[in-house]
Amino acid sequence: MARIDVNHVRHSYLPNPQKDADFALREVHHTFEDGGAYALLGPSGCGKTTLLNIISGLLHPSHGQLLFNGRDVTNLSTQERNIAQVFQFPVIYDTMTVYDNLAFPLRNRGVPEADVDRKVRETLEMIDLASWAKKKARGLTADQKQKISLGRGLVRSDVNAILFDEPLTVIDPHMKWVLRSQLKQLHRRFGYTMVYVTHDQTEALTFADQVVVMYDGGIVQIGTPAELFERPRHTFVGYFIGSPGMNVMPVAIDGKTATLGSQRIELPGAPKAGSGTVELGIRPEYVRLGRDGMAVSISKVEDVGRHKVVRAKLEGRDIAAVIGEDETVPAEPKVRFDPAGINIYADSWRVEMGA
Amino acid sequence: MDKTWNNKAWFLVLPVLVLVAFTAVIPLMTVVNYSVQDTFGNNVFTWAGTEWFEDLLSSGRFWEAMVRNLIFSFIILAIEVPLGIFIALNMPKKGWGVPVCLVLMSLPLLIPWNVVGTIWQVFGRNDIGLLGYYLNAIGIDYNYVQDPFDAWVTIIVMDVWHWTSLVVLLCYAGLVSIPDAFYQAAKIDGASRWAVFRYIQLPKMQRVLLIAVLLRFMDSFMIYTEPFVVTGGGPGNSTTFLSIDLVKTALGQFDLGPAAAMSLVYFLIILLLSWVFYTVMTNYDAER
Repeated sequence: MARIDVNHVRHSYLPNPQKDADFALREVHHTFEDGGAYALLGPSGCGKTTLLNIISGLLHPSHGQLLFNGRDVTNLSTQERNIAQVFQFPVIYDTMTVYDNLAFPLRNRGVPEADVDRKVRETLEMIDLASWAKKKARGLTADQKQKISLGRGLVRSDVNAILFDEPLTVIDPHMKWVLRSQLKQLHRRFGYTMVYVTHDQTEALTFADQVVVMYDGGIVQIGTPAELFERPRHTFVGYFIGSPGMNVMPVAIDGKTATLGSQRIELPGAPKAGSGTVELGIRPEYVRLGRDGMAVSISKVEDVGRHKVVRAKLEGRDIAAVIGEDETVPAEPKVRFDPAGINIYADSWRVEMGA
Repeated sequence: MDKTWNNKAWFLVLPVLVLVAFTAVIPLMTVVNYSVQDTFGNNVFTWAGTEWFEDLLSSGRFWEAMVRNLIFSFIILAIEVPLGIFIALNMPKKGWGVPVCLVLMSLPLLIPWNVVGTIWQVFGRNDIGLLGYYLNAIGIDYNYVQDPFDAWVTIIVMDVWHWTSLVVLLCYAGLVSIPDAFYQAAKIDGASRWAVFRYIQLPKMQRVLLIAVLLRFMDSFMIYTEPFVVTGGGPGNSTTFLSIDLVKTALGQFDLGPAAAMSLVYFLIILLLSWVFYTVMTNYDAER
C-alpha cells in the first residue's frame, strides 16, 4: 500500500501541445493518502481515465511527477509500479481456469508454486469464487469475470494501489450493489489504497470517503459526499451531483440581500463577491414550496417514488424543487429559499459568506 | 387442432429440391452411373459392376497421387499457418501502414489461378525466367522441368506466395478485434511477450485459425490449376496430384468409367475430411 502524490501532472495526447485546450489533463496536483478510498467522478472526456492510466503507468504524463510513498515512479513501467487495475470490460484469460487466472500475475513474477497456491486460495475466498476454482473462466457471468479481474489484483499482497476504471458498467443493476458492498468490505478489512473512476454519482458517493470531481481536464473539488452536496465549490459540481442538480440563477448582491429580477432574497451573510458574473445556487432540496414567498408558475410535477420533483418558473427561469411524497402543490404556489442551502458563486466559483 | 404435419408444406421446399436435383443430384448420379459401366463410345454401355473401383483401389498410381496430395497439403499448412500468424502479428495496427499492408497482402489473392501458374512457370525458367536464370547464374542447379525436388519446391513456394495472405488477413482480423484493455491488463499482470501471445492473441485467433486451416486444407487438397500450368504433373509423375490424374484419365484417355469411379472416391475423401473438420469446429463451439 502506498501514498500516491500526483505532482503538477499535465497530459496531452498531441505531440506538441501549445495551449490549454490541447491538454486532456490540464493540471492535477493531489495526494491520494495511503489506504484511502477515492472516487474520480466526472463526465465523459473530463480526463479521469487519463489520470488513472498515468497513475498505473499505462500512460506517461507530458509534464509532472508521480510519487509512491515519496519515491519517484514517473519513469517506471506499469509492471515495476506494482499496481492492480480493473477495467470497464472484464479482462480474463479465456483458456485458463479461474485458478490459473488468479495465479497468472504471480507466476509471471516467478513466485514459488507453494506461495502461489496459498495466495490464490486466499484470494478465491475473498472474492467468493472458491467453488469455481477448477472451472474454465470463459463460462462465467460478467460479474464473476469482473471479480476475477479484481482478484488478479488482490492476489499480489504487495500492490501499491488498486485502480478501477468504471468497473461496474457491464454488470446487472442488482449485482452492482453486491459487488460495490464487497469492495467496501475488502477496503475496510485490508486497507488498500483504492481509486475508482466513474461517471455515476451514486457509485462514487457510496464507494468513496473522498470524491474527486473532475471537469474539463482538471479537479474542481475534492470532498466527502456531504461536502459536495452542501457546499459545491463550483457550479459544475452543483449541476453534476444531485438529482436533479442545483438551481443556479444570476443575481445582484447588495450586502446581505440578493436581487433576482423583482425578488429580494435574504442571505445568511454578506458574500465577498467581487466583479464578474454573480450567481446564486440552491439545491432543489432546500427550495420550500408553500403559500408565502416568491410567486412561481408550475410547469410539471414528476413523481419519482420517494419524493416529487416540481418543475417551475421563477422570474422566467427554470427552477426545480423537491417536495415530500404526501405534500400537495398549493393553488397559488410560492417558494422560499432555506438560507442554509444558499451558496453564492462568482464566475462559477463559490465565495464565502461574510458576517 | 394439434396437427403438426401438413403434407402441403412440401411444396414450399420444392423449388430448392428441383434446383439441387438439377445442379447436384442428377450430375452426381450420372457419375455413379458411369462408374459401374464400361463404354467404347457410340453411347453403348455395358455393365461393369465394381470393377473400376477394385482397379482403382488396387492401383499404385492412385495411392501415389493420394500420398503426394497429403504430403503437399501437410507442407502447405506447416508453412502457411505459422508464417501467416507471424506476419499478422507484425503488421501495424493503426496509422498509414494499415491500408498499405492490407493492399499488399490482398494482391496475390486477386490474381487468377492460371495466371499465378503462368507467372511462376515463366519466373522459374532457366532461359528467360528471373528466378531460374539467376539461381543457375550463382551456381545453384535449379531446373523444375527435370528435377522432381525443384518442381516441388517451385510449386510449394508458389502456393505459399499465393495463399499465405489469406491466413494473414484472417489472423489480422482476429487480432484487431482484441480490445486494448487486454494488453493493458497483461502489462499490469507482468505478462511476457510470449504469454501475451499464448494466452491472449492465440485464443482470440483460434476460431479464424480453424477456418484458415480448413480453407487452406481443402484448397490445397484439390489443387489443380497451378501445378498443371507449371509442371503439367511432371517431371514423370512427381507432381501428379489426384485432380491432375483425374483429368488425365477422364479427358486425356476418355476412360469415363475409371474416371467416374475416381471422382466418387475423391469426393468421398473430401466429404470425410470436411466432416471431420466440421465435427472438430462444432465441438469446439459446444465447449465454449
